[in-house]
Amino acid sequence: VTRSTVMDTTARLVLHSALVLSLYLLVAGHNQPGGGFVAGLVAGAAVALQYVAGGVDDVRALSRVRPWFILGGGLVIAVATALAPLVTGGALLESGEADLTLPLVGTLHLSTALAFDAGVYGVVVGVVLMVFEAFGDEPEEATT
Amino acid sequence: MSWLTGLLVAHAVVGGALVASGHRLRRAAFPLGALPMAAALVAVAVTTGEVAGGQVRDEWSWVAGLDLDVSLRLDGFAQLMVVVISGVGTLVMLYAARYFGDTAVAGRTAGLLVLFSGSMLGLVLADGLVLLYVFWELTSITSWLLIGTDHTKPEARAGARHALLVTGAGGLALLAGLILLGTAAGTWSLSELLADPPSGGVTGAGLALVLVGIMTKSAQYPTHAWLPGAMVAATPVSAYLHSATMVKAGIYLAARLGPVFALTGAWRPVVVGVGLFTMVAGGLRALRQNDLKLLLAMGTISQLGLMLVLFAVGVPEATAAGCVLLVAHALFKAALFLVVGIVDHEAGTRDRRKLAGFGDGWGPVKVIAAVSAASMAGLPPLLGFVAKEGAYEALLHEGAWGVATTVGFVAGSVLTVAYSARFAATVLARPAPGATPVPAPRATFVAPAAVLAGLTVAGGLAVSALVEPLTDGATQALVPGAEHVHLALWHGFGVPLALSALTVALGAALVVGRDRVARVQAALAPQRDGDDVFAGLVHGLNVVAGRVTGVVQSGSLPVYLAVTLLTAVVTPAGAVLLHGRFPGWPTFADTPLQAFLAAVLVAAALVAAVTDRRFVAVVLLGVVGYTMGLIFVVQGAPDLALTQFSVETLSIVVFMLVLRYLPSGFKRRAPAMVTWVRAVIASTVAAGVFALTLISAGSRTEPSVSSEVVASAAEDGAGDNVVNVVLVDIRGLDTLGEISVLVLAAVGVVALARAGRRPRGLAPPESDDASTPPAPEAVETAKEGM
Repeated sequence: VTRSTVMDTTARLVLHSALVLSLYLLVAGHNQPGGGFVAGLVAGAAVALQYVAGGVDDVRALSRVRPWFILGGGLVIAVATALAPLVTGGALLESGEADLTLPLVGTLHLSTALAFDAGVYGVVVGVVLMVFEAFGDEPEEATT
Repeated sequence: MSWLTGLLVAHAVVGGALVASGHRLRRAAFPLGALPMAAALVAVAVTTGEVAGGQVRDEWSWVAGLDLDVSLRLDGFAQLMVVVISGVGTLVMLYAARYFGDTAVAGRTAGLLVLFSGSMLGLVLADGLVLLYVFWELTSITSWLLIGTDHTKPEARAGARHALLVTGAGGLALLAGLILLGTAAGTWSLSELLADPPSGGVTGAGLALVLVGIMTKSAQYPTHAWLPGAMVAATPVSAYLHSATMVKAGIYLAARLGPVFALTGAWRPVVVGVGLFTMVAGGLRALRQNDLKLLLAMGTISQLGLMLVLFAVGVPEATAAGCVLLVAHALFKAALFLVVGIVDHEAGTRDRRKLAGFGDGWGPVKVIAAVSAASMAGLPPLLGFVAKEGAYEALLHEGAWGVATTVGFVAGSVLTVAYSARFAATVLARPAPGATPVPAPRATFVAPAAVLAGLTVAGGLAVSALVEPLTDGATQALVPGAEHVHLALWHGFGVPLALSALTVALGAALVVGRDRVARVQAALAPQRDGDDVFAGLVHGLNVVAGRVTGVVQSGSLPVYLAVTLLTAVVTPAGAVLLHGRFPGWPTFADTPLQAFLAAVLVAAALVAAVTDRRFVAVVLLGVVGYTMGLIFVVQGAPDLALTQFSVETLSIVVFMLVLRYLPSGFKRRAPAMVTWVRAVIASTVAAGVFALTLISAGSRTEPSVSSEVVASAAEDGAGDNVVNVVLVDIRGLDTLGEISVLVLAAVGVVALARAGRRPRGLAPPESDDASTPPAPEAVETAKEGM
């Protein structure tokens, strides 16, 4: 991979802000524009930028967790959230909510829908990572 | 929940634990597995009094939303079945401990046998139609696993697959039939259905489908061929599943339905016809076999045919005779299988041409074989004789068609006498002088078969004390309002005894003239047997599937796209043209900016369609997507725009990834004709989508649900972002399905992309000695670590 200083610097600057933005979109999504799907896509776009800058090795270096664990983990979280109310006698996917007051941050209105959304987020990010894993290698046989 | 459920759970737990234990328990797995079976036997013995007064029931809610209960009931007939299943099971397990010894498959086989036994118990205890079907299929699956235990042998795999495909297909027919019957009767309880039987066309169709299930499971012609194939299984498995129990599942169901539906439609003539044909054809095949196990298998098919006949008659006498035969058959056939297993184990073959007789120490085995074969042939004073006498007696009371049936029955019985003699002669033979003596089996190996043979004798001699209570309860449970049917070894001189004598005489004649019989058999033997037919069917299915795939999956992306797009547009467009109403043209543009963006979008799309370079096309598609996002911004939809931009960015990057594997330019220009066809398809799709959007937006007849959704989003979903509340709450189940599809698609994409090429991560480490190839374990580990 031929590296460009401009791309490297941009990627490094943007990556973390984009990831924070995606987390914001995830948490805020219930009441403002955002949500797990969009948040996952924004994180995916940040990963794509990383890929353009440094190839698949840079993408792999982003996290020690392998893509299929993120993908599967997301699905597990979503399914677990959906099934959880059944244990307590509720209906499938029934949502519960709670207010959480944190110092400095203020009061957070939390809903179990957020956990479900986090699962969606994980799946979307996982899909993006999987695609880079599948096609991100340098074509070995340039003849094909 | 009561002890009936407890028994089933015990089987499941013990069976699962034994399978999981692998070979750690060694041969001790078998006695451990015998425990739940023995417990079932004891439980049934203890509750005889309760059952005699009616039945033991056990019900609990299973799927409340579908009104499905787990309802189990122990009545007289179920009791008889449990005694057979658990009794033979216990003995077979004790025998198997010696047969398998400390082999690696011991735990797995023992566990699967227990699981099978539990499924079989569930099958005969189930009162719910759906529950019965579930257990029915469980027996098919455990049988498949047990036949294929030796999965490195191709014939074991073929036999297992054959059995599973045939009984599985029959199981599906049974499910359809049970659903039809349940719908016709308006109940999902077998006992309610039988108490108030439905009638009419739906019932007839349901019975026909159920009969298909019965025939496949009980190996009736023409679906019998899987049973000889299943003989690749270990002998204890064959003894238990393929003679004493599983193949009786069909008989069990036929016995339940027979007395009630005997006179409904064509049930009796059809079932009697199938059974008689099977009895004679199976007998002829048995007489041809040289492999002792195959001889017994074909004999089993023949005897199952006879049982089907008796239970299809539907009168108490015939049903009682069927019950006796069911018990007698389980006793003698299991014992004979165990004998074959001993012979095979000690002599290393079960081909009667290679067995040169048995000498010192084989006395007990010979007695067991002689007694059991005699019971199979229907000789007094054994239980098999009681069954056959009872059957003659019952059929002769049924008028003209009963006499006709008797003729077929006598023919089948003559063959039975002949093949019983063929079997017995092989085992009873004295060793030729000078032949290497076959080592005698240990007493513990012979004991289970000895118990079965002892019961055959005792059951015959003391039939009214030992067998009658069991069959009497069964008959009264099966035939509504049945009187007491007396069983006796000695019926006095009469037609049945004369028929028995005739049967034995003719059978003896067949034995005496066996060389001539063999020549006739060889001439009559069909060129193709059921196995060939099955292989032909499977082959034909593969060929047809291959052709269909060749046509449907042409491999041409343009063709796939054209078919998909045209279907997606033409179908709804047709409906719109027929029922739609043109709502008039909408406002062209709200602001000049919109018109400008639309113009950019159209221009980019047009250039993308005509460019020669893939790269240019991808970039222009990106322009289309981003412009669309800008239009969303102008319209005031920030979340849509956000999504659109993110999707677009990722799509372009992914496109670029894929482009690296493709030539930079599109293929040589297609012929003009093809280009025109493509242009027409593209224009049709575009015009269709445009018309669809325009007309469907203007065709609203009911008020929009949007306001309702918005209201409930804030109220129930506790969120202000309606789109997100819809995604995660209101339509949460849809989202769950979608992300599951996404996960599958991602896994599939990676698998496809990686097929045939080595991922970079798997390169062999260079730091080590480069001259030695990487150890296979290292590659395996690397794969797992990926």
